[in-house]
Amino acid sequence: MNSDTCNYLDGNAAAGELSRIFTMDVTAAEGCCAQCGTIKRFAEAHLYMQCPGVVARCPACQHVLLRLVNVGQQVFLDVRGLTYLRLNTA
Amino acid sequence: MAITSRGFSGRRGTTDAKLPPGQYLTTDFPVLSAGPTPRVPLDQWEFTISDGSQVLRRWNWKSFRELPTETITVDIHCVTRWSKLGTTWEGVSLDTLFAGVNTDAEYTMVHSYGDYTTNVPLQDLLNRQAWIAFRFDDDDLAPEHGGPARLLVPHLYLWKSAKWVRGITLMQEDQPGFWESLGYNIYGDPWREQRYSGDE
Amino acid sequence: MWRIGTAVALQDETPTARTIRFEVPDWPGHVAGQHVDVRLTAADGYSAVRSYSIASAPNASRLFEITVERLPAGEVSPYLTQDVMVGDRLELRGPIGGWFVWRKEQAEPIQLIAGGSGIVPLMAMIRSRLSTGNAAPFRLLYSVREPKAVWYGKELQSLSEHDPSISITYAYTRATPKDWPRPPGRIDAALIANAAWPSSIGPTCYVCGPTSFVETAAALLTASGNSPDRIRTERFGPTGDRK
Repeated sequence: MNSDTCNYLDGNAAAGELSRIFTMDVTAAEGCCAQCGTIKRFAEAHLYMQCPGVVARCPACQHVLLRLVNVGQQVFLDVRGLTYLRLNTA
Repeated sequence: MAITSRGFSGRRGTTDAKLPPGQYLTTDFPVLSAGPTPRVPLDQWEFTISDGSQVLRRWNWKSFRELPTETITVDIHCVTRWSKLGTTWEGVSLDTLFAGVNTDAEYTMVHSYGDYTTNVPLQDLLNRQAWIAFRFDDDDLAPEHGGPARLLVPHLYLWKSAKWVRGITLMQEDQPGFWESLGYNIYGDPWREQRYSGDE
Repeated sequence: MWRIGTAVALQDETPTARTIRFEVPDWPGHVAGQHVDVRLTAADGYSAVRSYSIASAPNASRLFEITVERLPAGEVSPYLTQDVMVGDRLELRGPIGGWFVWRKEQAEPIQLIAGGSGIVPLMAMIRSRLSTGNAAPFRLLYSVREPKAVWYGKELQSLSEHDPSISITYAYTRATPKDWPRPPGRIDAALIANAAWPSSIGPTCYVCGPTSFVETAAALLTASGNSPDRIRTERFGPTGDRK
């Protein structure tokens, strides 16, 4: 493995950005990939943040779980790649 | 309201009259990616033009590299605000690739290895405006910059210059690609600062 | 939401790494392992945001520390490690993160694996354990280029000398101290077998560092029998920078 194949971060890196939208912690939430059904904590998602938006991918199949784009005072959010996200209120 | 950080200016270079609005000059070549770098062995690489139901043209690496090429020097502008001037590429013109393709379709969707897509009007790919580029700065195009080959459409923001290009599908109606479907401008002219949907 | 923190103390850990202590009037407190986002804004409105793990233990005060490594091509780290002065005000968001955390209620053995700057959140965990009197045994495997690249060296040495329930193993990848038993090299299965908790005792493992380091270390932990759900990871960028 080298820095070229490991050009991603993880769900922890997007947590600050997502804290603007989610009042509950996202990193510990379990997410189910809509493509392959893998269930993992969002902290384990592969995050691509060096691009015009935030892209979270399933670590098992690379399917896009979530995308986020900031446009001025608005946020575009696409979560079609997650069948669900299971967040804890506590 | 953000507070100003004393003495901070970031790594931006100058802004210049030659740059599109809101851009700054960079001398390095930032790598921006929405996913893992695809690894495409040249003996498996293909580029196709299709009309949505059938493949109209197909090249493998060997037949692609037999096509006439051009060396061009262009400025590139990324929607994340950096611009790089005087970049030199070698590639095959889209005019060459579309030669003899008869279509009344006005729009295209560009597909990459991986799942990236971007839409470009057909007229913006033709008339010496676009290339499938495989060399940058006198070297084979590096994988992190889109190698083996990428689309290069320098008159639009760089997200339209799809890395790891795999094919172009003709469309009767415009459809948004990966970023266009999430807030980015359907067209993306840097000189009119068309970054986001709603920018005229 | 962004809060304003004042830099109240600066401490160089190495020639290229600096700890900044912030005072934040409305700081809600943090848990070991969490991070903050720091936002810098230029006079023309241009801004840059970077994430930094909190290095200090949770406490009742409004103070916490981050340790920043200066990256040669960095945009924010040179400013934080060279330009920031005591009294400067910076925007901070956090604390952030609810998964890569160690809480004082945890009683199980803990395995910490740090690659380079990945030591920071793990140091917060070690410091938290000490300040809360938690008795769970900790093992730290700290991979670093060479001895002078170690952060918090004196503190770690003092800890391992005075507390038998914390054990620290250094893995040097480029240059070792004189007469070091292990030649320079990356972490491998043999090191995990010799220095990490046996998986049979069911430790919770925390791995932090550059992405490629984390992938390698996590794979070694699962290969030695640790269940993936007992391994928590935090990846920094290829150069150790988040973003």
